Amino acid sequence: MEILGQLLSALPGSFSQGIIWGIMAIGVYITYRILDVADLTVDGSFATGGVVAVMLILNGCNLWLAMLIAFIAGLLAGAVTGLLHTFMGIPAILSGILTQLALYSVNLKIMGKANQSVNVNQTDLLISLRWVKEFAFHNPIITVGVVLIVLIALLYWFFGTEMGCSIRATGANLNMSRAQGINTNFNKVLGIMLSNGFVAFSGAFLAQYQGFADIKMGQGAIVIGLAAVIIGEALFGKIFKNFALRLLSVAFGSVIYYIVIQTVITLGMDPNLLKLLSAAIVAIFLAIPYWKSQYAEKHMRKHKGGACNA
Amino acid sequence: MLKVSAVEKTFNPGTINEKKALKGIDLHLAEGDFVTVIGGNGAGKSTLLNMVAGVYPVDCGNIVIDGVDITHLPEYKRAKYLGRVFQDPMTGTAADMQIEENLALAARRGKRRTLLPGITAKERAEYKELLKILGLGLEERLTAKVGLLSGGQRQALTLLMATLKKPKLLLLDEHTAALDPKTAKKVLEITDEIVSKDKLTTLMITHNMNDAIQYGNRLIMMNEGRIIIDVSGEEKKKLTIPELLELFEKASGSQFTSDKVMLSK
Repeated sequence: MEILGQLLSALPGSFSQGIIWGIMAIGVYITYRILDVADLTVDGSFATGGVVAVMLILNGCNLWLAMLIAFIAGLLAGAVTGLLHTFMGIPAILSGILTQLALYSVNLKIMGKANQSVNVNQTDLLISLRWVKEFAFHNPIITVGVVLIVLIALLYWFFGTEMGCSIRATGANLNMSRAQGINTNFNKVLGIMLSNGFVAFSGAFLAQYQGFADIKMGQGAIVIGLAAVIIGEALFGKIFKNFALRLLSVAFGSVIYYIVIQTVITLGMDPNLLKLLSAAIVAIFLAIPYWKSQYAEKHMRKHKGGACNA
Repeated sequence: MLKVSAVEKTFNPGTINEKKALKGIDLHLAEGDFVTVIGGNGAGKSTLLNMVAGVYPVDCGNIVIDGVDITHLPEYKRAKYLGRVFQDPMTGTAADMQIEENLALAARRGKRRTLLPGITAKERAEYKELLKILGLGLEERLTAKVGLLSGGQRQALTLLMATLKKPKLLLLDEHTAALDPKTAKKVLEITDEIVSKDKLTTLMITHNMNDAIQYGNRLIMMNEGRIIIDVSGEEKKKLTIPELLELFEKASGSQFTSDKVMLSK
């Protein structure tokens, strides 16, 4: 009973974290699912978003303007990865790792040290974990929830435009895209930029939520993003066919991920094992489609019997 | 319409895998020409098509379409002038996208892609009419994912996409080779219909001698990176397979031995 009470009282917090990371997971969805590129820049650009927002807020910048600039910082990080990949011909995964590594220094330089805090008592913030149980607009669930809906609406519109459709085509079939006159390299850069913009934006929210930016705040972000994408698809894939709903299911996936993590911690799991657990869960979910196809093939072979000798 | 002059291409030059794919190709296509291309494996047919499409750069020579030198244009920029259908039905369409979305992408070939809607209601009505002509029932499945279609349906759709915006040149790279005979025939009939209706200048690779003779107004045969036979007009109309083989032997000084071509006659 006591544990249930603890869980319930932690729920608003996990829910808030879940939707904040949900924005980042939507960024991962753009590269991983739409563009068909595994982009590891996100571990760095997530922190960049938080770092840029915190430094701007500390210097008295307007809060929403700080969010916008964090978004732009993410776009730039994405542009670097995109150009490494298309202009310099480096494989996408490696390009992302290079940018991520470089961003570690950049983030340190922006902050001047390994972390910077913004105290909600001294500075005005958009959201804070202190307000998770208040019924007001600055409750993170409400603020981020509204922003999330707006962002999904924007993405839904964008991916329905000529330009957005051509980005989807680039991810779906490179040969076909080029044959239809689509500049696939440009689109890849654009897609990776957009994705990292979202990721940095999410980082800017998280920094305010937790009251500080930290050089390591993006560590393992790609795994959390993938987990959210996969959980969202596994649970809602059958019912959510519409593009906007699929983006929403990614955000739900992130919320569920955080609730599960909170639950296992409350139940007494060593928090040090968290990343191991996350990695294992994502690995298994990534393996399932492969196992399924293997099983299906084996099944077919059995039924065909000796037909291969014919 | 198409003017290929002295085009050469060597793959992996200077290595043990060096392959002279094209050894000086000169080919002029007049407007409205429907040329079938035939030849054994490694003759350079696909390489020629890919050179025109810009998949790889040429080593030397130049390619001009309708007075525009496209020799050094990247593939996506040449697409403005070209319609392409590939051998593999998976290549020409985006499986994860809807039929109407694929068509809408093709309708914008050669146009700057803006933030305007990717597909309009007016277009949907047009596509429905166009799909009806194919006679495959696709007009009722506009919002179905292309991945759900059969190979033949996908090739027919790719053909429609390639010709939706009338191309200066239609490139067909053995586009019926991966289909069963009945479907292949159907797709070829659709091809012929579209080409003659729109009077498209067309370059069609085939491994089927019958098809090469039956369709088009001109036939070229390639061997070891060269065009060795080029017949057109009345001469082509009267051509038979034994005559074609004889021509080949005379021109190349060897027996025609491509299994694929022999078996499919």
